[in-house]
Amino acid sequence: MSAPVVTTSGSAASGSGQHRAVRKPARKWPVKQLLGLAGILGFLLVWELIPRAGIIEARFLPPASEVIAALGRDFGLTAFWAAVGETMLAWFLGLLMAIVLAVALGFVIGSSSVLRKLTNSTVEFLRPIPSVALIPLAVLLFGVKIESSLMLIVYASFWQVFIQVLYGVADVDNVAMQTARSYGLGTAARVRYVVFPTALPYLMTGVRLAASVALILAITAELVIGSPGLGREIALAQSGGAISGMYALVLATGLIGVLINLVMRFIERKTLSWHSSVRSEVIV
Amino acid sequence: MKPANILKALLYAVGLPAVLVLIWWAATLGAKNFFVPTPGTLLSTFAETWFGERIVSDVLPSLGRLVVGVVAAIVLGIVAGLLIGSVKWLRALTEPVLEFFRAVPPPVLVPVLMLLMGITDSMKVVVIISGCIWPVLLNTIEGVRAIDPVLSDSSHTYGITGAARVRYLVLPSAGPQIMAGVRQCLSIGLILMVISEMFASSSGLGFTIVQFQRSFAIPEMWSGIVILGLIGVAMSFIFQFTERRILRWYHGLREVENAV
Repeated sequence: MSAPVVTTSGSAASGSGQHRAVRKPARKWPVKQLLGLAGILGFLLVWELIPRAGIIEARFLPPASEVIAALGRDFGLTAFWAAVGETMLAWFLGLLMAIVLAVALGFVIGSSSVLRKLTNSTVEFLRPIPSVALIPLAVLLFGVKIESSLMLIVYASFWQVFIQVLYGVADVDNVAMQTARSYGLGTAARVRYVVFPTALPYLMTGVRLAASVALILAITAELVIGSPGLGREIALAQSGGAISGMYALVLATGLIGVLINLVMRFIERKTLSWHSSVRSEVIV
Repeated sequence: MKPANILKALLYAVGLPAVLVLIWWAATLGAKNFFVPTPGTLLSTFAETWFGERIVSDVLPSLGRLVVGVVAAIVLGIVAGLLIGSVKWLRALTEPVLEFFRAVPPPVLVPVLMLLMGITDSMKVVVIISGCIWPVLLNTIEGVRAIDPVLSDSSHTYGITGAARVRYLVLPSAGPQIMAGVRQCLSIGLILMVISEMFASSSGLGFTIVQFQRSFAIPEMWSGIVILGLIGVAMSFIFQFTERRILRWYHGLREVENAV
């Protein structure tokens, strides 16, 4: 009997499945890190030189040093941290709501084949609808408040988690399920001890994807609708001509994105530390 | 399949949507709700709004930009990904920078590029490219990196190098991973198409829909949401079809593996 191998699902997302074993233990860390550092420095140098050499005018693309200085100034401002706080609040609330909804619905629908068949066409139709299509509706319903951002975030991240939970619940090993049945485990116990552990790796992949999607949507809502947060600050800086300030904010959103990725990977590793199979990574 | 089974599958497929539409119809039947049009109104508005000259002036240009942007992003992403993925030091050099660019939410590029290029068609295409390229690029790098070393060594031994190596070893190995990237790239592309038009434009789908919302033309606004949804659904169908064709060997392989 083969152990239930967890590959990341989504028909094509599991590309490197059979190559997992060959991942090198990367003993040459220092070299790799130094090269990475050199890459970052090289990038900043090129960015510094392009406006200095006049290839692009400095009023459209300020040199890197100027932007980093502006970012440093931002770090000392309460307004900046307030905006970051607004964005992160919308991100967190939206993500949380999406996860709770998706897990509840996913477990219910995933564990019944009739429900799965019934909802399949509707899910496949609703899922590809771009969340930005809801922007006008959000504005109409909530105006420039955090609820607008939440609506978009929840819609977009819901599908990421929901689909993964569906795959995960469907992946339950039949033998394990039958065994649990013959040992007289009730429905609740079966969900807790058989279905949940099987679905957890899928769920975590979904949550990690949803976390970055939620950030994109949070920033988008602020940028386009004007609900409070970093995105609105970017739009304001741009229309106000504070160009270095705008680039600094863009850098800040990138840093937040990197941070979210790191934290999510950390959480994933912690929650799945018990999981025997090394999982292939999906790249967002 | 037996006719009874086909009927059953059909019932499963249309059952829930039919019930939902019925509920929608019943709910909007009595009181006139300002925010939600009836199914009938929506349908007739949809036909009126989008099957006139708008299809030429707004829909087609938007779709054109989307296609150009997405195709360019896929091609650039795969080419750059093949290069970076096969050269070890290049990968180490670029990895942190690429990680950062991937983490930047693509919509913030709209104001940046607006500044650099002005509000033009090419700016919108560049927005789409610069947002869509990352999933393709990073998945290609990862796919190329993860080529089975035995296959790689074998092809070396047989003297398969250059273009033949890319064609017969690298692309097929990285294929599933690349397609996963392409799928993400498509949905990001659609989002960026709409946003670039909402943010700064005087034509296009995104602009038109926001215009409807601002002038409280509610049924028209809903019809815009519907058309964006339809585009999304159509793109996902086209993608699934192409993916099935390109990766037919891979899905077959998986089926055999799963059957054991």
